[in-house]
Amino acid sequence: MSLAEPAALPVATSAAPRLNVLKRFTSRFKASLPAYLLLLPSLIFLALFTYGAMSRVLIDALYQRATPKAPLRFVGLDNISAVLTDPAFTGAVVNNLIYALGTAIPSIGLALLFALALARTNAVTSALRAALFLPVLIPMVAASALFLFIFLPNVGLLDHYIGRLLPVLPNWLGDPDVALTAIMIITIWKNAGYYMLFFLAGLQAVPEDVMEAAHLDGAGPFMRLRYIILPELKPTFLFVTVIATLNAVTQVDHVFVLTQGGPSNATNLVLFYIYQQAVEHFDVGKASAATLLTLAALMALTALSFRTMAKREGGP
Amino acid sequence: MKLIDALYKDAPLATRNEITPKLGFLLTVVLALAWLIPFLWMGVATLRPSSDGINLMAELMPSLKPTLDNVRDAWEIGDFPRYVLNTTIICTGILLVQFVTITLAGFAFARLDFAGKTPIFYLFLMQLMLVPVLLIVPNLSLVVQLGLYDTLAGVMMPFFASAFGTFLMRQAFEAIPTELEDAALIDGASLIQRIRHIYVPLSLPSFSAFAIISVTSHWNDFLWPLMVINSPDKRPLTVGLSVFTKTAEGTQAWGTIAAGTLMVIAPLLITFLIFQKRFISSFVTSGIK
Repeated sequence: MSLAEPAALPVATSAAPRLNVLKRFTSRFKASLPAYLLLLPSLIFLALFTYGAMSRVLIDALYQRATPKAPLRFVGLDNISAVLTDPAFTGAVVNNLIYALGTAIPSIGLALLFALALARTNAVTSALRAALFLPVLIPMVAASALFLFIFLPNVGLLDHYIGRLLPVLPNWLGDPDVALTAIMIITIWKNAGYYMLFFLAGLQAVPEDVMEAAHLDGAGPFMRLRYIILPELKPTFLFVTVIATLNAVTQVDHVFVLTQGGPSNATNLVLFYIYQQAVEHFDVGKASAATLLTLAALMALTALSFRTMAKREGGP
Repeated sequence: MKLIDALYKDAPLATRNEITPKLGFLLTVVLALAWLIPFLWMGVATLRPSSDGINLMAELMPSLKPTLDNVRDAWEIGDFPRYVLNTTIICTGILLVQFVTITLAGFAFARLDFAGKTPIFYLFLMQLMLVPVLLIVPNLSLVVQLGLYDTLAGVMMPFFASAFGTFLMRQAFEAIPTELEDAALIDGASLIQRIRHIYVPLSLPSFSAFAIISVTSHWNDFLWPLMVINSPDKRPLTVGLSVFTKTAEGTQAWGTIAAGTLMVIAPLLITFLIFQKRFISSFVTSGIK
C-alpha cells in the first residue's frame, strides 16, 4: 500500500448500530470524494453525450408527430415497425451487409499479405509501409474528392488507363450495379494499411524458435502460414474484424460526397438512411428507431465476438 | 530478382531460396505503387495547366509547363484559410479539454481506491462499445437545446470526455513508481500538485500518442460537423472541401479539385512524414477509439 492512498480509518464509536452503519457509509464516501471529483468532468460529458444520448434514442423512438407542426404523441413500437417495413431501410441493411463483407474480407486479406511481406524492418519495407499507410491519414472526404475523378466516366483516371481494355465502359458511380463496388474499392484502399499495422504487431508475437523448428522439419511457406502464423494471429483477426465491422457502419462519408445513396438507393447505407430521416425528412422518431436497431445489432455483435474471444483464450 | 535476393539476405538460411515469399513481396510492391496513384494524380493534376484540356487530365506524366494557377484558383474559390482556422480551433479545443478530463480520470482509476470503482469503470468502457458516430441524432437535439447549434463549441462538446484517453493515461500512470509520489507527499504536495509535477511530466509519450490519434480523427470528422454547422464561415476543412468539390465538379475544374484536396491533406501528410514512427505506434494503440 502506498502512502498516497491513506486507508479510511474506522471511527471508534459507541452510538447505536444503525448510526454506525451510516457513519461507516459517510466515511467511505468521504474517502472516495477526491476520486469522484477527479472523475466528475469526464462523467458529466459522458452522461450528456453517451448515456443521455442512449436514453434519448430510446424515448424518441417511441414518439411521433402526425405532421411536422403537430404535437408529439406516444406511438409505442410504431416507429420501429415503420422502419422495419420501409423498403429504403431494409435495402440499406442489405447494402450495408454486402458493404461490410465486401470491404472487411478484401482489406483484411490484403492487410495480412502486406504485413507478411513487410514484417522485416529495413529502409525498403519502411517506405512501402508508409505508402500503404498514407490513405489512413487523409479524411474520407479528401479520398472521395480524388476518387470522384478516378471514377469519372470516359475521361477519368480508371477509364483512361484500364477502361480501354474493356469492351463497354462501366459508369462506375452512376450504374446501380457497379456503384456499391466502387464505394467499396475506396474503403479497401483507405483501410488496408490500418489493419496492416495490427498484423505487423501480431506477427512479432510469432515465436522465432518454432518457426526455425518448422524450417528444419521442411515445412514450406504455406505450411508455416497455415500451422504456425495463422493460429498465432487469431486474436488479431478477431480484433481487426470487430474494427472492420464498426467501420462498415460508421465510415460513410464517401457516400455523402459521391453518390448521396444513389443511384436508385444502390449505395444507401444505414447511417446515411438515419441522416436522411433526421435531417432531410425531419422524422426524429424514425431516425431514432433506426439508430436503436443499429445499436442493438452492433452491441450484440461486439458482445458475441468478445465472448468467442474469451472462450478461445480460456478454452482447452 | 537480384535486388529482392539482397533484401532477403538476412532471412534464415533454410528459407533464403524460397520463391513464394519473394512473389508475395513483389505483389506487395506492385500494390503499394498502385496505392500511391491517387496521390500521384493529385500532385500532377494540381500542376497541370488548364490549356492541356480535359483529355490529358488523367495523364499521370507531369505536364512540361507546370503552373500554380490551380492552387490560386482553389485558394480563391474555397475559403481555405477560414476552414483551416476552424478545424484548428476544433482540434485544439477538443484536445485541451480532453487532456484535463483524461488526466484526472486516468489518475483516479490508476491510483485511487473508491466506492463503486468497478461499475464506474464499466460506465467508461461502454463509451468504447457505443460508437459515438451513431448517436448523431440524439446528440444533435441536445446541442440544439443547449443553444450550441451552428457553433464550433457544439462540434467539440461530444468529444470532451474520452474513454480511450482515460484508459491510456491509467496505463501510463500505473507504470510510475509510487515511491516518487510518496516523496512528494512527505514534502506536503497536494493531490493536484502531485498529478501536475510528477505524473504528467513522466507520461508525455502517452500524451503525444493520444494527441496524434485525437487530432487526426477530429481533423477528418465530417458527418457530425456537417449536421451541427450551418453558416459557411464556420465550416471545418472537411465540410468546406465537400462543398468546394461540388462547386468545382459543376465546372469540370478537376485541377482545382486536386489542388483543394492537396491543401486539405498536406498538413497531415507532412506531419506524418516527419514523425512517421510515432504516428504508426500511436495508431497501433488506437484499435478502438
